[in-house]
Amino acid sequence: MSSPVIFKNRYLPYALIAPQLLITIVFFILPAGQAIFQSAQLEDAFGLSREFVGLENFINLFNDSYYLESFFTTLKFSVSVAVLALVCALILSAFAEHIVRGATFYRTFLIWPYAVAPVVAGSLWLFLFDPSIGVVTDMLEWFGINWNPTLNGDHAMWMVIITSTWKQISYNFLFFLAALQSVPKSLHEAAAIDGSGPIKRFITISFPLISPTSFFLLVINFVYAFFDTFAVIHAMTQGGPGNSTSTLVYKVYNDGFIGLDLGSSAAQSVILMVLVALLTVFQFKYVEKKVAY
Amino acid sequence: MVERRPLFRIFCHVILVLGIVSIALPVWVAVVATTHENSAFSTSTPLWFGDLGFSVFRDLLSNESTFNNSSLPITDMLFNSMIMALAITVGKLSISIMSAYAVVFFRFPGRMLAFWMIFFTLMLPVEVRIIPTFEIVTNLNMLNSFSGLTIPLIASATATFLFRQFFLTVPRELVEAARIDGAGPIRFFFDILLPLSRTNIAALFVITFIYGWNQYLWPLLITTDAQYYTIVMGIKQMLGVTDGIIEWNKIMATTIIAMLPPVIVVIAMQKAFVKGLVDSEK
Repeated sequence: MSSPVIFKNRYLPYALIAPQLLITIVFFILPAGQAIFQSAQLEDAFGLSREFVGLENFINLFNDSYYLESFFTTLKFSVSVAVLALVCALILSAFAEHIVRGATFYRTFLIWPYAVAPVVAGSLWLFLFDPSIGVVTDMLEWFGINWNPTLNGDHAMWMVIITSTWKQISYNFLFFLAALQSVPKSLHEAAAIDGSGPIKRFITISFPLISPTSFFLLVINFVYAFFDTFAVIHAMTQGGPGNSTSTLVYKVYNDGFIGLDLGSSAAQSVILMVLVALLTVFQFKYVEKKVAY
Repeated sequence: MVERRPLFRIFCHVILVLGIVSIALPVWVAVVATTHENSAFSTSTPLWFGDLGFSVFRDLLSNESTFNNSSLPITDMLFNSMIMALAITVGKLSISIMSAYAVVFFRFPGRMLAFWMIFFTLMLPVEVRIIPTFEIVTNLNMLNSFSGLTIPLIASATATFLFRQFFLTVPRELVEAARIDGAGPIRFFFDILLPLSRTNIAALFVITFIYGWNQYLWPLLITTDAQYYTIVMGIKQMLGVTDGIIEWNKIMATTIIAMLPPVIVVIAMQKAFVKGLVDSEK
């Protein structure tokens, strides 16, 4: 990588970088600082007085069974979304790799859900999963399942998992397909001469070789399930029934804006920031280097 | 394909067609729903077209529809969404390309600090700093305004990184030649760097447009005035009806209207989209 020639100018670079920095400071760094500050405060419900309470908000959180439950809900949700979205996308891309004629056609019809807003996805699937008229509900009735996500927590969980997975498959598909196509053809040819078929070659050659991509996607899918699915949950279940789909991000919103418990909401924000920071560092440190095509 | 296996090839096609069909199923059901009177949804969902044609869409787009007896200004919401998506896209791309230019082509005190501060934004998605950001926007008097809807969302570490990565590959000779010919930094930027960045800009345009159009939590927090509602929020308002009949045909029509613009952008600019997606993550 060549380092470009440097222009000499005393003020221009500052002028160029100022807008980005200003917005970063005002809307990112200040609020983050404020969240840390607020997390150590206890404010009464009317915002009249506040006092410094140190780590009390955090201690309360970790003693709060609802919060711990929400951790568990988030984990269950994220693992399911990540695994389902990865497996579906891997299957589709493994077969798409073999298709020469019509490849663009298939790609076009597989990638569009990426562009769909989470709320829109929520709306589409809410219609399918509607307890009285939904198409999926009718189908499940044949199997004797009395589907009702407005009353049954497990059903609600499955509904948000499927909706979130549906949106994420296209993203994973594109990355898997790119990785599979970059596996050297000579390896496949050699194995084919030795008599192994496409399925066997996928398991013994392609799959191990694309493991860095799989790992990278796993991290990305986790981040997606953690943060980008707020809208799905907010539109479909509002965290219910009975907190069964209340993930950490949903709870920050709900406790802060609906419950107006600012100290607790701020403490939850801080915990989430630490989580994102860890995931980001993890991604850069371990994932970046190993993604080799 | 390495070897000829006609049966296997057909199998591949079958699997992919199945995949496409199951991914498209929700949209099929939604499109069919828009062609029925709402009374069709009393016991189950029809799976084939009714006889309303596109009239539900027509009524919605000419703002003649009402939803639960309140007016439903679809075109206004579409207009708001379009302004928000475009403002975020243009804002994000401009400030990112400028800061990447400063970081790569200049040396100045505080350069690395600035770079790390921008990097830091990666770790702070809106979802984790909801309340404090809301408070700052309130203090700046930006609630219920387009500036409040867009400006806090236009800082971007990924776009800055992508431009930086690309600028680093610009050959040194090119910059030297431009300098010898007497081009200053501003001239170089507009006459050489910007045209070279065209494909990167297109790629980021697609990704950012989708991001802007699909924003949900932020508009939800800072707009209380219906005048600023975006179409994506409008859907949530419609779904939130608890008393009265749920008018599924109108909800589904609005849903389809809301998803069309970003889907069209992705399909029309597919190449740029794939590039943007793959590049911005690495």
